[in-house]
Amino acid sequence: MGATPRREAGGLRAALHADRGGRIFLALLAAVAVLAPLLNLLVPASSALHLSSYTVTLLGKYMTYAMLAIAVDLIWGYCGILSLGHGAFFALGGYAMGMYLMRQIGTRGVYGDPVLPDFMVFLNWKELPWFWHGFDVFAFAALMVVLAPGLLALVFGFLAFRSRVSGVYLSIITQALTYALMLAFFRNDMGFGGNNGFTDFKDLLGFSLQAPGTRMTLFLGTALALGGSYLLCRYVVSSRAGRVIQAVRDAESRARFIGYRVESYKLWVFVFSAVLAGIAGALYVPQIGIINPSEFSPANSIEIVIWVAIGGRGTLYGAVVGALLVNYAKTYFTAALPSMWLYALGALFVLVPLLLPQGVVGALGQLRRRADARRPAAA
Amino acid sequence: MSIGRTLRRTLPVMCALLASAAGTTVARAEDTIKVGVLHSLSGTMAISETTLKDTVLMMIDEQNKKGGLLGKKLEAVVVDPASNWPLFAEKASELLEKDKVAVVFGCWTSVSRKSVLPVFEKDDGLLFYPVQYEGEESSKNVIYTGAAPNQQAIPAVEYLMKDVGVKRWVLEGTDYVYPRTTNKILQAFLIQKGVKPEDIMINYTPFGFSDWASEVSKIKAFGSAGKKTAVVSTINGDANVPFYKELGNQKISAEDIPVMAFSVGEEELSGLDTRPLVGHLAAWNYFMSINTPENKEWIAKWHAFTKNPKRTFNDPMEAHVIGFQLWVKAVQKAGTTDTEKVIATLPGLEVPNLTGGIAKVLPNHHITKPVYVGEIRADGQFNVVWKTDKVVPGEAWSHYLPADKDIVADWVTLKCGNYNTKTKVCSGQNYK
Amino acid sequence: MMRWLRHCAVLGCLAGLVAAAAGTAVAGTAAAGGAPGAQPAPVSPGAGQPAAERPVADEPVADERLQQLLAQLPQASYADKRALIRQFIALHDPRVRAILGAMLEENLYERSADQRVVIGAADGDNLRLTDALTGAALGTAAPDALGRIGINNQLRKALRVGMAQFDLSSPDAAVRLAAVREMLRAVDEDSIAVLRERLAHESNAAVKRAIGEGLALADLDSSDARTRLAAVETLAGSLNTDVYNRLSAMLERSADGGYAEPDARVRAAAQASIRSINRWRNLYSAIQTLMFGLSQGSVLVLAAIGLAITFGVMGVINMAHGELMMLGAYTTYVVQLLMPQHIGASIVIAIPAAFLVSGLAGVAIERGIVRHLYGRPLETLLATFGLSLVLQQAVRDLFSANNRPVQSPPWLSGELQINEALSLTYNRLYTIVFTFMLFLLLLAVLKRTRLGLEVRAVSQNRAMAKAMGVRTEWVDALTFGLGSGIAGVAGVALSQLTNVGPNLGQSYIVDSFMVVVFGGVGNLWGTELGGNALGIVNKLLEPYSGAVLAKIFVLVFLILFIQRRPRGMFPQKGRAADG
Repeated sequence: MGATPRREAGGLRAALHADRGGRIFLALLAAVAVLAPLLNLLVPASSALHLSSYTVTLLGKYMTYAMLAIAVDLIWGYCGILSLGHGAFFALGGYAMGMYLMRQIGTRGVYGDPVLPDFMVFLNWKELPWFWHGFDVFAFAALMVVLAPGLLALVFGFLAFRSRVSGVYLSIITQALTYALMLAFFRNDMGFGGNNGFTDFKDLLGFSLQAPGTRMTLFLGTALALGGSYLLCRYVVSSRAGRVIQAVRDAESRARFIGYRVESYKLWVFVFSAVLAGIAGALYVPQIGIINPSEFSPANSIEIVIWVAIGGRGTLYGAVVGALLVNYAKTYFTAALPSMWLYALGALFVLVPLLLPQGVVGALGQLRRRADARRPAAA
Repeated sequence: MSIGRTLRRTLPVMCALLASAAGTTVARAEDTIKVGVLHSLSGTMAISETTLKDTVLMMIDEQNKKGGLLGKKLEAVVVDPASNWPLFAEKASELLEKDKVAVVFGCWTSVSRKSVLPVFEKDDGLLFYPVQYEGEESSKNVIYTGAAPNQQAIPAVEYLMKDVGVKRWVLEGTDYVYPRTTNKILQAFLIQKGVKPEDIMINYTPFGFSDWASEVSKIKAFGSAGKKTAVVSTINGDANVPFYKELGNQKISAEDIPVMAFSVGEEELSGLDTRPLVGHLAAWNYFMSINTPENKEWIAKWHAFTKNPKRTFNDPMEAHVIGFQLWVKAVQKAGTTDTEKVIATLPGLEVPNLTGGIAKVLPNHHITKPVYVGEIRADGQFNVVWKTDKVVPGEAWSHYLPADKDIVADWVTLKCGNYNTKTKVCSGQNYK
Repeated sequence: MMRWLRHCAVLGCLAGLVAAAAGTAVAGTAAAGGAPGAQPAPVSPGAGQPAAERPVADEPVADERLQQLLAQLPQASYADKRALIRQFIALHDPRVRAILGAMLEENLYERSADQRVVIGAADGDNLRLTDALTGAALGTAAPDALGRIGINNQLRKALRVGMAQFDLSSPDAAVRLAAVREMLRAVDEDSIAVLRERLAHESNAAVKRAIGEGLALADLDSSDARTRLAAVETLAGSLNTDVYNRLSAMLERSADGGYAEPDARVRAAAQASIRSINRWRNLYSAIQTLMFGLSQGSVLVLAAIGLAITFGVMGVINMAHGELMMLGAYTTYVVQLLMPQHIGASIVIAIPAAFLVSGLAGVAIERGIVRHLYGRPLETLLATFGLSLVLQQAVRDLFSANNRPVQSPPWLSGELQINEALSLTYNRLYTIVFTFMLFLLLLAVLKRTRLGLEVRAVSQNRAMAKAMGVRTEWVDALTFGLGSGIAGVAGVALSQLTNVGPNLGQSYIVDSFMVVVFGGVGNLWGTELGGNALGIVNKLLEPYSGAVLAKIFVLVFLILFIQRRPRGMFPQKGRAADG
């Protein structure tokens, strides 16, 4: 953020000053980023304080989900666009990264082909399809992580917002989008590995993905990206444009009549959110070790929205809380109550909107406000 | 500034939290041997996998009744990967790293196996994989107790060719790696046997495909060219019911165009109206209807364990029964549950299978299996119409595929699952 | 000329069917009612007339011969059994038919105690036995005491073909026709001779034509060019695929450049026939594609029509809609469990039962969850998504994770064979008609009843409706219950088409929302037409692109369509549209 003009950095500082939840979140994130490597790498495995690499990977996965949730909160909580297809952008970012990782396998694949990934050899393909070229260079892959979801969002958003598709219609066609992509990626003929997707990654930038150091670096990179995207989104929503975006959410026609070009604001924030989701996907893949078309499934995208709703939308940090809460619940319940966990998760999804309409964060805020209101009265 | 202040305030809390999280990962006193069960209990694959979880639980129960293993009781650790492939990887590392299980019985789909493979290789775990699969793989850390293509597809097609006189072939499958590989091998095999390419039709449909009208009428048209035609079906799970219904409704009977299925067993049949299917074929290494004392005994145990005299028993369940017995035998022989030693002990071990043969672990981590072809009966069971003379050893690499010809898997002498005998290179491995 | 007339009649009949699906309910019911009657009577082995009535036997056969053959059966391999069956048939003894019939039904056993071959009929857990040779009753026995004489597909075919010879002299023309068709499946010199003999004193025109066609097919192999030419002429106009294959084979050139058919006149006649067959086949395959499209469209409409009420009219995004259909399908299963002897009636009873089950579930959902979330459509989405997870798992725990077998009654199985090139399966025809009737019913409820009036009033202006004395809460619950109940009824129909399992709902949820949005939210006609249009487009694309790409194209088309017309095909007009 060093290159940011001073005045605007001041804007971000002011915004953060008013953002208590965000400060707590960033502080916790920093603490995790410092402590996790220490506990994992320096504390011996026999100690009670040792953090297993399983837990580190899990935390890393949660953080990519949190990033994705922030991206959804930005457009849903602040701009009122409910995307039921954000999983598609996440998966596209993941696939771009996956393609790079596949190319890095080189001759170490099952069939030992220096150029073609295993699944292409298996399908009797003789040469690399055109869209795979360039992915052996990390910079190009990184560019595609941003460009693929960004361009898709640009084209899709341009068409949709220009013709003023909104509300449930927009939600449903975003769902159609991710569904169509899922079907497409499931096809083996597409050249993306079909149902199996990409697995068996070996290394990233020459570092083995199995090495503890690489995993920790990835973990730290994810923490950094999460913190960075939080700050960026906070900056966006507290900027002038961010206020216009919120005006669009609250009264679209009025904002349009006042003279704002509602469509371009929406489009811009939609593309930005898609890019964030793509980056989150790119960070997810090397840590999890697999990317396949089920990431495109509509249910996944709905679940992302649920994280945001449960955390509390329109707060950004609420999205993080929701993503962590739901995913931790999933991790915990699938092991602790393997045959009952869907009841627990389902009940959570049903009860939160009913009992905590503002989400967990909103409920906590209410509690605090109530306490605050009582305090001056007592003084 | 405020961030620093907040940080100071929350840091101790965070430390405590992380420490407590770390604390839970430390293993408790080792008074039991833990056995991981990694089968989906929810989501799309729950249909097939739930019953495999119960099979492992029954095996553990049986073993504990006999006094456990190495003087310790066995304890099942069941997790639900929810038919979600990334979750399979996560749960696998949870079982291996957090619960420190001695062995894992699990996975059904190829993609779930591919997803957990790096985890098992990194953490040096041991996985028993009970489902028929596409081959092209042999991992140090996996024992494949299901059929390789040469233990199911090839004998089944040979039966159709010789005994039924099929001249024209429809290879119909769901679009994923198992059907693709199987069909690739079958195509190579058929052409080698002199079948003309225009007499082979290959078609793929997506998962859960339900609108079979046009596909089936295509098969009907293909099958009416005057030559005996058969469909070799690698259609997966849910798509089968509408497929067979459509076949029945379009009056394609098993007598005219038989369908040989590789993924339809007793468990799947228990979920559908079998009348339109009578006479269609399936090839497996085990059928519940096979009349041997071992089989009767296990089915009785299974019914007692599930308290349901109608529960079906099927091929992957038999594979788990074999796998579990092999593991027990290996642990007893090695005197430890240490995976390294157990894996080294496994090749060469033999246990009886449920149909009167012997299941032997081969150096390529596959086992020997008999092959049966059965016709579907109206009661949802199979009428065995053909079987191999003796057990067939599983081949990790198909010798019908040009790319696989020179590749062998041997974990005893070569210590490699993918060794090219021409170039003398061991590739695709994650070990030194 | 006759050919033309026949095709025209077929086309006329089809026009009626299409009209039935597209509009006139009268024609629809006529087609539906007429369909089962048109089904050829099944060859019912063993259950036909007493064997003694059939004067097939030329001379009395010694019992020993029959006894001898029977005794060989239990130990025979499949190949030996085939030979034995041939010998059985060659006996021309009327008793053989009953034995073959029992064998086909897998009711032929060997009694372990005395190696006697018996016919067993289910009697509770035991089997009631009769002697295969004499027909004498032998009491009952446990299945363990018997060894089944197994058969396989090839034997099944041999048995059916063999039994058909006995049916050729049946007094019922339909049985004779079926027998001829059966025999033509596997033609050899024996059966040709039998057929020729039959043709001589056959009176029924349809049977005669069938035999004639079969014999002509055999005549194509004749060494006499004139016989071949006559055969080609007899076969002209037949859409039978065998005919097509044989005629094409005649025109094939062998390696040395000569034609398989040496005679030029025969070749020309065959060529002309093939051209004509191709024309008709193309036409019929186009009609078939259209019907496939309509049937897929009907499934889409079925899945969406309940949603057109809850989502379209009330604006509630009910993600548990698919699970309400699943409940309907499971209700069908339970009803069948309760009345296993009456599968046909069970389907009819399941329709109101499923309506009640899903409808009540819907009312409960509305009262328990949705009611608290009006005005917050997206929260409803979340809560109902959670509910769908719970319902799926509940079904998994109640009925097991496995799919449940739901049987189809005979009148829903099989196909309506219009001619050799065109046949339509009954379950799809019924689905088309059923969906359309459901749609009409729903339309009538909304447009013609008091409830419908109140539903529309509440959806258009809740406050005003309340002011006019409409009990809006009551209407909300009933509307939601109606939409959910319809979903349950759709579930009954789906149980006849696909798996009944915990994942049933999930596979339709995306499609059903798509259809409602495509048709235009709040417009039933939109849902009906939209669903069918999508189905037809899908099926038109499928032959060229394959099933998956077709679906992807349809989705992309839908996305683009919504860009052009953001409120669907038939947008709601007026203030209600902004709600």
